[in-house]
Amino acid sequence: MSISRDDILAWLQDVARIIAENRDYLVQLDSPIGDADHGANMDRGFRAIMGKMGEISDKDIGTIFKTAAMTLIATVGGASGPLYGTFFLQAGTKTAGKMEISIEEWAVVLEAALAGIVMRGKAEVNQKTMVDALTPAVQALKQAVAEGKSQAEALELSAEAARQGMLATIPMLALKGRASYLGERSIGHQDPGATSSYLILNSAAKVWNGV
Amino acid sequence: MKKLINQPEDVVVEELQGIAYAHGDLVKVHYNPNFIVRADAPVKGKVGVISGGGSGHEPMHGGFVGMGMLDAACPGAVFTSPTPDQMLEATKAVNGGAGVVHIVKNYTGDIMNFEMAAELARAEGIDVEAVITNDDVAVQDSLYTAGRRGVGITVIAEKISGAAAEQGRSLKEVADICRKVNAQGRSMGMALTSCTVPHAGKPTFDLPEDEMEIGIGIHGEPGRVRMKLKSADEVTAMLMEPIIGDLPYKSGDNVLLFVNGMGGTPLLELYVIYRKAYEIAEQHGLKVVRNLIGPYITSLEMAGTSITMLKVDDDLVKLWDAPVKTPGLRWGV
Repeated sequence: MSISRDDILAWLQDVARIIAENRDYLVQLDSPIGDADHGANMDRGFRAIMGKMGEISDKDIGTIFKTAAMTLIATVGGASGPLYGTFFLQAGTKTAGKMEISIEEWAVVLEAALAGIVMRGKAEVNQKTMVDALTPAVQALKQAVAEGKSQAEALELSAEAARQGMLATIPMLALKGRASYLGERSIGHQDPGATSSYLILNSAAKVWNGV
Repeated sequence: MKKLINQPEDVVVEELQGIAYAHGDLVKVHYNPNFIVRADAPVKGKVGVISGGGSGHEPMHGGFVGMGMLDAACPGAVFTSPTPDQMLEATKAVNGGAGVVHIVKNYTGDIMNFEMAAELARAEGIDVEAVITNDDVAVQDSLYTAGRRGVGITVIAEKISGAAAEQGRSLKEVADICRKVNAQGRSMGMALTSCTVPHAGKPTFDLPEDEMEIGIGIHGEPGRVRMKLKSADEVTAMLMEPIIGDLPYKSGDNVLLFVNGMGGTPLLELYVIYRKAYEIAEQHGLKVVRNLIGPYITSLEMAGTSITMLKVDDDLVKLWDAPVKTPGLRWGV
């Protein structure tokens, strides 16, 4: 089992579809604790990536990720643009020249991508951000790989950890981003960034597992 | 949603087209990436001053491009930070060889995008100094938040920094005067209504008819506390006291007093607010030597106001009085 360049392309296409489907949902989540733009911004970014599919369809995984990164940086805006842009940029650096990667390599890629987000956003876990979904997902993936679980199972466990991490943001007090201005009133709302992070990782598990 | 728009996704570009038709004598509009630039940019030997932010705050920032103020402004989508490619191209377009100051409001997205743009510009050999505005006293504890937001002082900082650059001051001097304005200025705002982001289609938050939100930011994000509506004088006091207490301003200080409209509040009410704010300032021994009253940093159609006060010295007053010729602010020319 491995993850091929075509798998990566199929994943990005699925993410674009899922984000478009969840555009209004993400806007709704962003309204009470943010500024009601997360769904629209992410949708604009992934639509723009779809516009680049023609020029990246025969490229290596690193080039695909870097193109996605630069497209998100240039089209998304807000905090999500630089954050997801950095996520894919780091992923691209780890996959330069590769046409396929193993699940072990994917764990390394995802860890580097998360490190990029942490560096750019200076956020830690428990601050009600996308880091709260991504961190447990990376941990679960690394653990599953270390335990020799199958690729399908590792991806599934990682996506489930992201989902739990996303749900865990509901009772959290926001300490980063615009939601932090609300103080106590940020409690009780699910973080939109953690939600989009879950959607993205869940899509990888579904697409690569052929679900 | 009741708005005079065509398609939500076209509002920013159509606004830019309108600005290009209306103010072609002062500015040029560049598309893909989008930015508004002074018609005579780059001005050789002059420090460039640029800013940017989400759309929906007009006239800030695009309305402040022109002689004596900004050299360029980068508009993002409504309430969304612009992107590094816009800022990079704007930086290159205004670089007259003396470097470029980025004036950045303290919002997570704006900070990150401008940081990336500054890294890219420096990689191309342009000196960039970023100055972050964070004057909103409504955000109390910066340890537990993303820090104080950049609000009303940004308008004043853009005017004064632009004037300093026009005088031929160096990159460091212009950046320092901008930092000084931010350090000596404080703001606080309030809302009577929410506002509707075009692509969201409905109000960002619900605010009952008889309630108001004190400590609001400029993106329709809820503020510090919600309470029953009070009189203009009471509201003005609730905004002025935290401002005065924060710096702190002291008796004998000269100040510039800026009463801003959030977009949906008429000048009639802003002058009522100004009247009380002026009296409160005088009661504290503060001498209001300059003022600005009107909708300059707005939040779409939100009804409400913000008050900004800047402690000024002779240099700042001279820079404030210096000629400015932009679509949104014009005097002395």
